[in-house]
Amino acid sequence: MSQRETTCLVVDDSAVIRKVARRIIEDIGYAVIEAEDGDTALGLCAESMPDLILLDWNMPNRDGYAFLQELRQSEAGRRPKVVFCTTENDVGAIARALRGGADEYIMKPFDRDILTAKLEQVGLSIRASTDIS
Amino acid sequence: MTELDFEFLRAYLKQRSGLALTTEKRYLVESRLAPVCRRFSFATLRDLIGSLRIGHDGAIERAVVEAMTTNETFFFRDRIPFDLFRDVVLPEAIARNAARRRLRIWCAAASTGQEPYSLAMLLQEAAPRLAGWQVDIVATDISSEVIERARLGLYSQFEVQRGLPVQWLLKYFTQIGEQWQIAASLRAMVEFRQFNLLHGFEGLGTFDIIFCRNVLIYFDAPTKSEILTRFANSLSPGGGLLLGAAETVIGLTDRLAPDGKHRGLYGHAETARTAALRAAAG
Repeated sequence: MSQRETTCLVVDDSAVIRKVARRIIEDIGYAVIEAEDGDTALGLCAESMPDLILLDWNMPNRDGYAFLQELRQSEAGRRPKVVFCTTENDVGAIARALRGGADEYIMKPFDRDILTAKLEQVGLSIRASTDIS
Repeated sequence: MTELDFEFLRAYLKQRSGLALTTEKRYLVESRLAPVCRRFSFATLRDLIGSLRIGHDGAIERAVVEAMTTNETFFFRDRIPFDLFRDVVLPEAIARNAARRRLRIWCAAASTGQEPYSLAMLLQEAAPRLAGWQVDIVATDISSEVIERARLGLYSQFEVQRGLPVQWLLKYFTQIGEQWQIAASLRAMVEFRQFNLLHGFEGLGTFDIIFCRNVLIYFDAPTKSEILTRFANSLSPGGGLLLGAAETVIGLTDRLAPDGKHRGLYGHAETARTAALRAAAG
């Protein structure tokens, strides 16, 4: 029986950001699914809860913060690690995201080193064979 | 750059900074020294090296050494040494120094300050156990330019996101426009000094903990031996030396030995032998 893949849901209304994030996250050993807004992301979580969610803030059809609040209300929705990844780069936004239940916060623009470091910080294992230096 | 110029530069850097510039690192020379050429208005790298050969301008000499030494660093780099500091080295030092309530830590290649400030944050988190203690962090680097940056404690958005948990970003930093400055209370915990590891360590005093990570890899074996022996002299009894993952004391000095239980941690060889004998005696 094959082992279930560890999954990451990338939620961002920018196709470019989703593509960049997908490439990095797949490289470190995760299966990636994508959503372009908060509503779609909630639907995907209802079908199958991911292990990690990389979450933009400003999106149509339910923004990242509203999505997070809704997600964290359910028992299953408290399980995934949530990393905000946003251009909202001020202290107030970061503090609000953490109060809302985010585990980490990435200020855009980001690079591969930052993303992998943040994933390690929230306790996710990075595939050892991946050399990011 | 001619072969002769490269050989001159290699000998020059070895003498001034201990840096062992291998042939594989030749590609670094042009990219690192191009800004120095611009700064001092040399048309070509050859002209810059020609000026070093004459050797009358200290500012140019310092700029070349600083440009060629590596300053790659980030907060809590490699994580494990900092876990080791928090969970093993610091508690042991606190127990050992309980009577005199003093702790001295040396970051021997502090670069732009991320390593000493990471330690300062961990010490701040351990503050209740250190109430009434005098804690000194001495942070040195060969480059006066990076030491100046380190003193300011001002970092870009990229720098604060590499290794620093966001909760600690909010707790210990203030946002200033696009940059983030570490709290004045933490800046005050660290004494930054420009210092060349090839020089004598006597003026620095003794230390309970020495961090010297990812520096020795740039030196040749005799220089490594010399520096490690001097670290042994600077380490207080029972103290710990933390080296980078690719570095070791084995085969370089008989004054220091691996801790045995924790990778990357080294202590005085006699302390390690005593501990081994005690363990064998049950």
